[in-house]
Amino acid sequence: MADVRDLYQEVIFEHNKNPRNFGVLADHNRHAVGHNPLCGDQLTVYLMVDDNDVVQDVKFEGSGCAISVASASLMTQILKGKSKQEADEFFQAFHDVCTKEREAEDVPDLGKLAVLTGVRDFPSRVKCATLAWHTVHAALEHDEEGASVTTE
Amino acid sequence: MSVAVEEMRSQAEQVTDADADRYRQDFPCLQQEAHGKPLVYLDSAATSQKPRAVIDAISRFYETSYSNVHRGAHLLSERATEAYEGARSRVAQYIGAADPREIVFVRGATEAINLVAASYGRANLQAGDEILLTEMEHHSNIVPWQLIAEQTGAVIRVVPISDDGELMMDRFDELLSERTKLVGVGHVSNALGTINPVKEIVDKAHAQGAVVLVDGCQAAPRVPVDVAELGCDFYAFSGHKLYGPSGIGVLWGRHELLEAMPPYQGGGEMIQRVTFEHTTYAKVPQKFEAGTPNIAGPVGLHAAMDYVTAIGLEGILAHERDLLAYATDAIQEVPGVRLIGTAAEKAGILSFVMEGIHPHDIGTILDNQGIAVRTGHHCAQPVMDRFQVPATTRASFGLYNTRADVDAFIRGLHEVREILG
Repeated sequence: MADVRDLYQEVIFEHNKNPRNFGVLADHNRHAVGHNPLCGDQLTVYLMVDDNDVVQDVKFEGSGCAISVASASLMTQILKGKSKQEADEFFQAFHDVCTKEREAEDVPDLGKLAVLTGVRDFPSRVKCATLAWHTVHAALEHDEEGASVTTE
Repeated sequence: MSVAVEEMRSQAEQVTDADADRYRQDFPCLQQEAHGKPLVYLDSAATSQKPRAVIDAISRFYETSYSNVHRGAHLLSERATEAYEGARSRVAQYIGAADPREIVFVRGATEAINLVAASYGRANLQAGDEILLTEMEHHSNIVPWQLIAEQTGAVIRVVPISDDGELMMDRFDELLSERTKLVGVGHVSNALGTINPVKEIVDKAHAQGAVVLVDGCQAAPRVPVDVAELGCDFYAFSGHKLYGPSGIGVLWGRHELLEAMPPYQGGGEMIQRVTFEHTTYAKVPQKFEAGTPNIAGPVGLHAAMDYVTAIGLEGILAHERDLLAYATDAIQEVPGVRLIGTAAEKAGILSFVMEGIHPHDIGTILDNQGIAVRTGHHCAQPVMDRFQVPATTRASFGLYNTRADVDAFIRGLHEVREILG
């Protein structure tokens, strides 16, 4: 097992303590609730999506471990301006890096999310890193009624 | 009091730390490192490790005596049946049951409770009847009752728990009425460690004509259990928490109740005579054991009960309580720790939260130091809701744990503080 300090990098602590775009997005038109029943994590993602399925604004709220909160916070910074297709492709690439199906070097636009890829050496934590993304995927798939997704 | 319980009480001396360290040598799985550190196993409430005696008993059975039970006029079948039925008698003795026919082998406590809910519940509950549960029940003593309540129109009532994690017995008294037909209660809470006043609950429930099912999963490995003394009607537990194999559990029920209950599943083994017009069922316990059972499971459980009884449950309980007291003191020194479950009567289960740090992060950092704990809701989400926490970290003890394990655990928590602030 890798050193646990490689998993908990400074950027993760910082985003966990001060999550960006935290709260309810007042004028959202999509939202979804994500659960990780294994650890009791629950977060809600709110999206404002335009007619072309491009994310104009995003916020999240909920509680979870440092990995899942930091991942959600970083995600909100990356998601703005991305279309549904771009978001899904990005999620797939990130997921593949977390599960060792691809190397981080092969995904050049991973950006800040690279700090989360330490989970690849901690298999039980992959779901924490990807919960926010699963939730956004569900929100983008469904209409404004809201969706629910679980990692189990 | 049964012979078995008397036997246990004659060995009431406490298991010392040195004894526990010696017993630990009996457990092959504990003789290894985890992530390069000596393994410190503090997750026995989830499942316990197995002593060599259990592993060997199962191997020996497969190597010398394995066959199907209750059929086939041949030597191996006789041996297998003898081992299987011998285990049934051993279980009866272990929990102070009067009659081995009151022991039904199931997959685990979950199946035992589902059996009672489906069979006894469906036959005896009707609209307006009440099922009285407690706020600290494991999901497996909640969901089967919800399923049967939906089918029968019975209503579930819940006894709340105090801030210390004790049952509020005054509320129990208020909720218990002639409408109460069944009371379901855990003997020892898996999420809080609380030892519940089962005998008092049984006496009061019986006075109202209700039957009582006790979930004994956490009690069977760490508290002397005597169903005759408790006076309950059903008692359920799993083998794997009692140093035995997984996939085997026990339902004990009063003979007259089991006799009156309809079968739970249909198939081979549970019949007397089958035609397409009519089937007559076997007597208990076979009536509830449809299909080829887990045959080696009871053999392993038998060995586990022999192992635990030789040490003495009173001694094990005293040792786990000593570790609990030691850990409860030591953990106060870790900044920001709040214990969840501070009942006066507790078994060796320590559940807690740390301010600003999620249990899952605690679990990962402890694991990295070779320390195995459980994090999450422990299949007791109503308890988490009650204490308004999403999850807890839980350290739980077994007969093989020592104060050195607790020391490592506390050092680990300081490390968690250092890394996660």
